[in-house]
Amino acid sequence: MADKHTNLIVSSSPHVCNPADTANIMRDVVIALMPALGCAIYVFGFRALLLTAVCVAACVFFEWAYRKALHKEQTIGDWSAVVTGVILAFNLPAGFPIWMAIIGCFVAIVIVKQLFGGLGQNFANPAIVGRIVLFVGFATYMTTWPVTGHMSGAILAHAGADAVSGATPLALYNLGEEVPSHMEMFLGYINGSMGEISALALLIGGCYLVFRKVISPAIPVSFLATVAVLSLVFGRDPLFDLCAGGVMLGAIFMATDYVTSPITTKGRIIFGIGCGLITMLIRNYGSYPEGASFAILLMNIITPHIDVWTRPHINGVPKAKKGGAK
Amino acid sequence: MSSGKHLNGIHVQHCKNTAGLAVIPFPLPEKVYIPMSQNIGAPCQPVVAVGDHVKVGQLIGDCDRPVSAPIHASVSGDVVGIETFMDQMGRDDVHVIIQSDGKQEVAETVKPPVINSKAEFIAAVRASGVVGLGGATFPMSIKFNVREPAHVDTFIVNGAECEPYITVDHAAMLSNGADIVECLRTTMKWLEIEKGVIGIESNKPDAIEIFKDLTKDDANIEVLELRQVYPQGAERVIIYESTGRHLIAGKLPADVGCIVSNLNSMLKLGMFLKTGMPLVSKSITVDGNCIAKPQNLDVPIGTMINEVIDYCGTKGDIRKIILGGPMMGRAIPRDDFGVMKGNSAILCFDETFGAQRKETACINCGRCVAGCPMNLVPTKLAKAWERKDIDTLREYDVTTCMECGCCGFSCPARKQLNFEIKQAKGWVMAEDRKAAEKAKAEAEAAKAKEGGNK
Repeated sequence: MADKHTNLIVSSSPHVCNPADTANIMRDVVIALMPALGCAIYVFGFRALLLTAVCVAACVFFEWAYRKALHKEQTIGDWSAVVTGVILAFNLPAGFPIWMAIIGCFVAIVIVKQLFGGLGQNFANPAIVGRIVLFVGFATYMTTWPVTGHMSGAILAHAGADAVSGATPLALYNLGEEVPSHMEMFLGYINGSMGEISALALLIGGCYLVFRKVISPAIPVSFLATVAVLSLVFGRDPLFDLCAGGVMLGAIFMATDYVTSPITTKGRIIFGIGCGLITMLIRNYGSYPEGASFAILLMNIITPHIDVWTRPHINGVPKAKKGGAK
Repeated sequence: MSSGKHLNGIHVQHCKNTAGLAVIPFPLPEKVYIPMSQNIGAPCQPVVAVGDHVKVGQLIGDCDRPVSAPIHASVSGDVVGIETFMDQMGRDDVHVIIQSDGKQEVAETVKPPVINSKAEFIAAVRASGVVGLGGATFPMSIKFNVREPAHVDTFIVNGAECEPYITVDHAAMLSNGADIVECLRTTMKWLEIEKGVIGIESNKPDAIEIFKDLTKDDANIEVLELRQVYPQGAERVIIYESTGRHLIAGKLPADVGCIVSNLNSMLKLGMFLKTGMPLVSKSITVDGNCIAKPQNLDVPIGTMINEVIDYCGTKGDIRKIILGGPMMGRAIPRDDFGVMKGNSAILCFDETFGAQRKETACINCGRCVAGCPMNLVPTKLAKAWERKDIDTLREYDVTTCMECGCCGFSCPARKQLNFEIKQAKGWVMAEDRKAAEKAKAEAEAAKAKEGGNK
């Protein structure tokens, strides 16, 4: 009797795991964002790429520097800061000043994410809060939309002869002016934040994420469906509302952020409906032309409550008995 | 009866490298080390002494407590030691050590049992020494002897074999299908159960074919094709898939009218009923990326695990040895343990497979929730355990966990959800027991006081 194989590793089961880890998942999100980035570069030119690169670099740097300064384990390898950087950049106009974008990255990574304990602990989506802070702090720059030759005639007509600054379809709609055609909006020949212009590019990314099982379709579908239904109810144009503004980007990439969205399918549907509802209420009644980011932020905040309300039911335990005799 | 609904689960890589390989006998070991704790319940006491000559199938350990199963000699030879040392479960355990004489003489006691009544059948089941061979090691005789027999209407043979790598049940189905069906019929007859179900995961179409053919004239036996979703072989899952009934934590299958038996247990019981040879060997899959020749072996109980590994040949540096499948099996710290009844696989892996994965923060992705067959919220339980929050653990039904490992498998943050929940479950159950004891003691004290006042 002798112990032949020594130095054995003892660990708890399961001894195998699904190949998908956090870094994999985040990398898939970055890949899914690429069609929209391509579209932004096509429409807005090199400045779009530069702004995205700066945001990614700033987010990764702030995460690295914060962890380094506080002697915490480095987490930049999980790609989550890259995702935040790209999404934050997508929420900015292509001509947005670089130094302001870096402030947005600081808010997103240091204040919203790291101060609450890093990945998994933040109560709101970092990119959304970054965007809202910039929107409130630098309102003029956040609503100065560059005009390029790739855009719809309706936008160019509004911009007029000087063509330095244009308006988004939602702004045109609120002004009661002619809006771009559905096809122009679907493809992205419009003005707006860099990453949100092309519904098609975002949908391609969304399909990739669903196909890779990174996200479940529950939130995007319930979000977009609610927007479409309410658009009809309010007597607006559903296709216009789906393609305009940040709804598509928000529904596919921001509302689906795991950390700040509910954990069950039922909860995710409630979350998506809530996002769609608030978005449309702001669009229709609010003073802002766009409400997707506020909608997602508000729903982020009530996510823990949704998780409690939609707790899965244990198989075979009668509902009435729960919490009773036991 | 399938309601069309299914319990949650996960998709695992099957890695059934030994599928289709027959179970071949392991060459006789020189010495066997037979532990006396081989079933859930009470351990056995040796009934032989050092110096005794024993034959194959001879009783060497037994226990008069109800939840127990006798243990028999797996080789013929002399008892050279009765010693206490650590067994593969990490317990200090009495081992009967037998030096084989190489003759494999069969004990005189080995003869087919005569059964004329249910009581005699149950006695025979106990005498067979068979326990739940899938790993739970619950004595078959206790499982069959339910409190309210009239309430039980379905007997389920569990041939799901949903753990990756393991193929011994599959091999048994291919080679001994008729014996298994016969044992099922005998069991159903004596236990007066109307309906038999043989559940087989659909990754074994050849076995399903064989059993459909064997039972085609028998309206009482259904061959149920199970989905390829882990853990179809978990008792609660297979009961739900077979009958649509939910078995909740703390209840026994008989409470929902079912008896579930491992397929190899039925085969070994059938052999005992036919020949009188009790459970003295165990079919084991030996596989893993460090095994040169993966195969299915019939290994005498008490054979050293390292002898089995060496017989199959090794390649590379073994860093992890798992007894059972990779989802629920146990990694052992040493390899000099005797094979026990509950072992169904010995899997050897190198560093690349065995290394601990680095844990990162939970990102709330919900994969553990989507994977849990019991509809628990594993991440919530694990977080509650980390902060020792017993109220949340109770509120979120931690004791419902059956430790199937789906949550830990799914977790992209590589958190050891299963391990944390297992510990949390143990803690809550211990606290509950303490509370119950305290309440009982208080009630008794109050009673005594009342009596004193009178």
